[in-house]
Amino acid sequence: MNRAKLEEALLPPVVALLVAVIVGDVLIISFGQSPAAVYRQLLEGTWGNAYGLGQVLYKATTLTFTGLSVAYALRAGLFNIGAESQLAAGGFAAAFVGLALPAGIPALIVLPVYVLAAGLAGGIVGGIPGALKAKFGAHEVITTIMLNFIVLALLNYLISARFKVHDTLHTAEIRSGALPRLADFSGPFHGSAANLVLLLALVLAAVVWWFLFRTRPGFELRAVGLQPEAAEYGGVSVGGVWWRAMAVSGAIAGIGGLNYVLGYKHYYEEGFGAGAGFLGIAVALVGRNHPVGVVIAAILFGTLSQGGLAVNALVPKQMVDVLQAVVIIAMATAVPEVRRALLSVRGAGRGARGAKPPQDARVPLPASRVPRVPQ
Amino acid sequence: MMLFAFLAQTLRIAMPYLFASAGGVVSERTGLIALTLEGYMLIAAFCAAIGSHFGGSPWVGVIAGMAGGAVAALLYGLCCIRYRANQVVVGIAINLFAIGITRFLLRLTFDSSSNSPRVGGFTESGTGFTALIQNPLVWAGVLALPTVGWIMYRTPFGLRMRAVGEHPAAALSVGVPVQRIRWYAVALSGALAGLGGAYLALDQHQFTDQMTAGRGFIALAATIFGRWDPPRVAIACVAFAAAETLQIQLQGAQLIPSQFVEMIPYVLTIVALAGVVARAVPPASLGRVTE
Repeated sequence: MNRAKLEEALLPPVVALLVAVIVGDVLIISFGQSPAAVYRQLLEGTWGNAYGLGQVLYKATTLTFTGLSVAYALRAGLFNIGAESQLAAGGFAAAFVGLALPAGIPALIVLPVYVLAAGLAGGIVGGIPGALKAKFGAHEVITTIMLNFIVLALLNYLISARFKVHDTLHTAEIRSGALPRLADFSGPFHGSAANLVLLLALVLAAVVWWFLFRTRPGFELRAVGLQPEAAEYGGVSVGGVWWRAMAVSGAIAGIGGLNYVLGYKHYYEEGFGAGAGFLGIAVALVGRNHPVGVVIAAILFGTLSQGGLAVNALVPKQMVDVLQAVVIIAMATAVPEVRRALLSVRGAGRGARGAKPPQDARVPLPASRVPRVPQ
Repeated sequence: MMLFAFLAQTLRIAMPYLFASAGGVVSERTGLIALTLEGYMLIAAFCAAIGSHFGGSPWVGVIAGMAGGAVAALLYGLCCIRYRANQVVVGIAINLFAIGITRFLLRLTFDSSSNSPRVGGFTESGTGFTALIQNPLVWAGVLALPTVGWIMYRTPFGLRMRAVGEHPAAALSVGVPVQRIRWYAVALSGALAGLGGAYLALDQHQFTDQMTAGRGFIALAATIFGRWDPPRVAIACVAFAAAETLQIQLQGAQLIPSQFVEMIPYVLTIVALAGVVARAVPPASLGRVTE
C-alpha cells in the first residue's frame, strides 16, 4: 500500500472521529457534565479493566461477522442491509440444531454442524435478494430491508408459537457444543461474555481476505464490484457473482449468531440482533471494506457500545448511539470529499513544480466510471 | 356501524403512511432514496410533543414537527446533495441518529427513558369517526398525496422535479437548477413525513421511545408498491392499513398469526420489485446524485 492510498484510507476515519468527539462534547456539556471526565470514564470502563475489555471483545466479535458480511457484499458492488435478519436467522438455526443434538458431544466435533446450520440459514436469507437482483434486477437495498422485517416477524412467530420456554421469549438451552469463555482461561475476565467464537471471527476474516485478494473468484467478485459491464465483457457471469456474493455475505452474518448461542446465553431469543446488523454497515464503512480494517473498526464500535454502559452514571448511554450514527454520517460524507481534496492537492502540487502530468494523471473519473460504492 | 368503525380505524392507521409516503414520493422522484422516512417521523414526533407541551397548543406541535422533519431532511441533503455521500449509508445512519437523539433528548428534557408526559392533541380522546373528522391533521393527511400528485403533474416545479429524477443531465442542459430542486424536494419530503410524525405524537398524546415502530419503512414500501405514482401510493397506504385493522379486529378469532399480517406490505413490495405482476421501475437517477 503506497502513501497516497494510505492517506486516502486513514484520513476519513480520523475526520469522522473528530466530528464525533465534537458532537459528543456538545451532548455531554448539555447534560452538565465535563467531557474529559466522561471520556476518561468511557476508556476506563472499556479498556481499563479485564471485564470491560472482555465485553468489548464480545461485542466486537459479532460486529466483525456483520462487518465482514457487509464488506464482502460491497466488494461485489452490493449493499447488504439485511445482516440484522441474517444474523438472527443464523442464531435461530444454531439454537434449533442445538436442541436436536444429544447432550455431551465435545464442542470441537459439533462445531462444524453449528457453523453449517447458521451459515446455511443466513445464506438463504442473503441469497434470496441476491437471486432477485440477478434474475429480475430488483434492488438489493430495498429487498434486504423488506426481508429484515419478514424474517424477523417469521422468527418471532416461531418463537412465540412453538419454541419458547414458558413465560419467556427465548428457546430452551442447547444441549451440547457450548464454547468456553475467556474467563475460563483467565480469572479477571470473570463475568464478561467474550468467548472462543472470537477466534472463529479472526479465522473468517483471514479467509475472506485470502479469498478476495488471492483467488480467481475473489478477483472476479471485485471486478464485478468495480465495473460490472467490464467484468461481463471479460467473461464473468455478473448475475452468478451477485447471488453467490449475497449468499456468502448472508452466511457470514449468520455464523455471527454463534457468538451469542454457543458462547454466551446458549439460546435464541426475540430481539436477537439488537442492531448489530445495522452497525455492521458502519463497521464495513469505517474499515474501508478490508478484513483488517473491519476487525479494527469492530473493536472501535464494540468499545463505543460498551462505553455507553460505562458512562451511563454520568450521561445517558444513548449518547453513544448518537455518536455511532455521527461517525457513520461523517465517514460517508468524508470519503468522497477527502478523495476529491487529495486529488486536487496532488494536481496543484504537480502544477506548481511545473512538471508535465504523467499520462495516467489522477484526474477525477467521469461519473460513469466512479464505482457506486465507496471503497 | 361495524363498517364505520372499521373505516375509521383504517384511516387512523393509514394517516402516518399517507403523510410519510407523500414525502417518499417527492424524495424518490427527484433521485433521493427515501430510507430516511422513519428517522424524519421519529424526530418530528419528538419535536411535536415538545412543541405541544411547551407551546401549549397542538398547532405549535404541528409546526415543530414539520420543522423537525425538514431539519433532519436537510441534514440528509447536506450529506447527499452537497457532498454526494452514499445515500444508503447516510439514510441508515440518519435513522440510527434519530433513535439515539430522541432518546437522549427525552432524558434531557423529561428525565425519562420511555415517554414524555401527556401532551395536548386536537381531539381529547376516543377513536371513533367523530373524533377523527374533528382532527385537522386527518384532513391534511387525506389531501397530502393528491396535493403532491397535483404539484408533480400540474405545476412547472413538478415537471422539473420529475426531470431531475429521470434525467438530471438533460434537465441541467435546459437550465433547470438541478441541485436547488433537490434541496426543495428533500426539505418538502422531510416536512411531509414530519406531519406524519406529528400526527402520531398528537394522536397518542405523548412521545414514546421508538414510537414510529417501522412505519417509515411501511410508507417506503407503499411508495414502491404504488410505483411512485401518488394515486397508487395512496391506495397502497390504505390497503396496508386495512390489513392491519382487519388483523386487530380479528385478534380474538386467531385466524392468522399477527406476524403474518405484519409481513404483508414487505412481501408485496418484494413481489412488485421482482416484477412478477407488474414490474415496479424506480426513477432513473434514484440513488445517484452526480451532477
